[in-house]
Amino acid sequence: MTERRRGGERLMVPKAEFSSYYGKPVLKRPVWEERYIAGYLFTGGIAAGTALLAAGADVTGQPSLRRSMRLSSLAALAVSGFALVRDLGRPERFANMLRVFKPTSPMSVGSWLLSAFALPTGIGVMDEVPALVPRPLRSVVRRLSRPAAVSAAALGSGVATYTAVLICDTSAPSWHAAYPEMPFVFAGSALSGSAGLALMVAPIREAGSARTLAVAGALLELSAAQRMERRLGFVGEPYREHASGRKLKAAKAMTVAGVATTVLLGRRSRAGAFLAGAALFGASALTRFGVFEAGVISTEDPAYTVRPQRERVGEG
Amino acid sequence: MSRMGFFTDTSICIGCKACEVACKEWNSVPDDGFNLLGMSFDNTGMLGANSWRHVAFIEQSKPVAQPDAHVRWLMSSDVCKHCTHAGCLDVCPTGSLFRTEFGTVVVQEDICNGCGYCVPACPYGVIDRREDDGRVWKCTLCYDRIGDGLEPACAKACPTDSIQFGELDELRERARGRVDELVSAGVVDARLYGASPDDGVGGAGAFFLLLDEPEVYGLPPDPVVPTRDLASMWRHAAAAAGVFLGLGVAAFAGRRSS
Repeated sequence: MTERRRGGERLMVPKAEFSSYYGKPVLKRPVWEERYIAGYLFTGGIAAGTALLAAGADVTGQPSLRRSMRLSSLAALAVSGFALVRDLGRPERFANMLRVFKPTSPMSVGSWLLSAFALPTGIGVMDEVPALVPRPLRSVVRRLSRPAAVSAAALGSGVATYTAVLICDTSAPSWHAAYPEMPFVFAGSALSGSAGLALMVAPIREAGSARTLAVAGALLELSAAQRMERRLGFVGEPYREHASGRKLKAAKAMTVAGVATTVLLGRRSRAGAFLAGAALFGASALTRFGVFEAGVISTEDPAYTVRPQRERVGEG
Repeated sequence: MSRMGFFTDTSICIGCKACEVACKEWNSVPDDGFNLLGMSFDNTGMLGANSWRHVAFIEQSKPVAQPDAHVRWLMSSDVCKHCTHAGCLDVCPTGSLFRTEFGTVVVQEDICNGCGYCVPACPYGVIDRREDDGRVWKCTLCYDRIGDGLEPACAKACPTDSIQFGELDELRERARGRVDELVSAGVVDARLYGASPDDGVGGAGAFFLLLDEPEVYGLPPDPVVPTRDLASMWRHAAAAAGVFLGLGVAAFAGRRSS
């Protein structure tokens, strides 16, 4: 296989051709189903980000925002749980995830984290919907409301970022090489997507912090992604090219559009806030699918495996 | 118990695939489809859930020892490397993958829930999920046989002793001697792959004598266990989690409290 030249740019050092075994991949393609696992990267981020917004709303006394964010968080968590179990080769054995605790396995850490996160998230919804709770227990739930909101946000910070470790702790070249920036991309995407959801559902007068978070999260995500793509070079190619690269470009455009709409129309018009929120929410989903696909593509072409390793060890 | 492993000396492999057949027979591994792949004599393709030994065939137009021969045919029986630092084992969330008393890495199929994390974790692309079964499978280094003092089925069936089973330390010494022998006989391309405890996986329990670059055989030239960077990954994630919380606090600071 020979090196492609882009845009007529002259290569100062001719890139070495690399050998492969009939062009076959060196690595296995991840067996994770995209709609479930890329979907979970998105919904997990939303569950976490909305928990943070719910806690903020609770502490600052914005009941409408708190209620919608708590319900959204539980809904996103439920979808996450469904997707994660459905993706297993043996879904009936999902409980084996809690058979051991293994710090060397981000999936084990994540399973425990998500289980812990479910408790305050559930209490939060019981507090919002007292009809779910037997009458004698309602005062207990009431008293637990604030601690539940704060601990859901704290655990949520882990839920929003561990998924980056989950995919980066693999041999998929484009995922693994991206590990320094990916948690920041995911944290930013979780914040802007969740704040986008808040802009869609909360009244304008309670969405001030969501507007701030939407912009801050988007800036965090875009700057981390920019740094990542600059640093990665060849193994970063799937983040710029292929179907994955196109998704990520579209996600960036939607993020920028969402931020601009938030700033210009977010506090003026309900419809403007809704559109801005929808763009950010959709961009967050698109980012996760793009990142997921980039890693998968990097396992399918032996160039992404062999070339960086060959450069590392030099000509044998 | 001393660590056991494979030394696969590809310089004497004749491409008979007896190892593939013996492995399938002993371990009741299902077929991988009956396909003609157009890759020389290789109709297996690569290691996977249903191929725990895979013989690679490489035809090269390259002058060899005989004066008028211009074709070289490389054959090599690939297998799970049973790494010292095994990515599959590290990331397995259920504890299904475990390290045996022989230093090998084995899947407990009654525990595996098919999460698939080990599949992209392996730097060699060995382990895979069996789609109609939902669980992952790979070479066990015939855990059942070696516990009874027998050698693994592939090594037993190999007619040329290209596949050698034994104590890892002894195999490494034998392999070094074999490389010296080949190099002094003029086979200057001979080199060991996976024999060094200083490599990215801490040395492979199943290592190889190759006659060309590893990538020619479909092997990664410098494999590194992904978990080598895990501590740094967690540190970056913790920093990102801090930023996540910090931005949340900042966004709500200054709003009137209830």
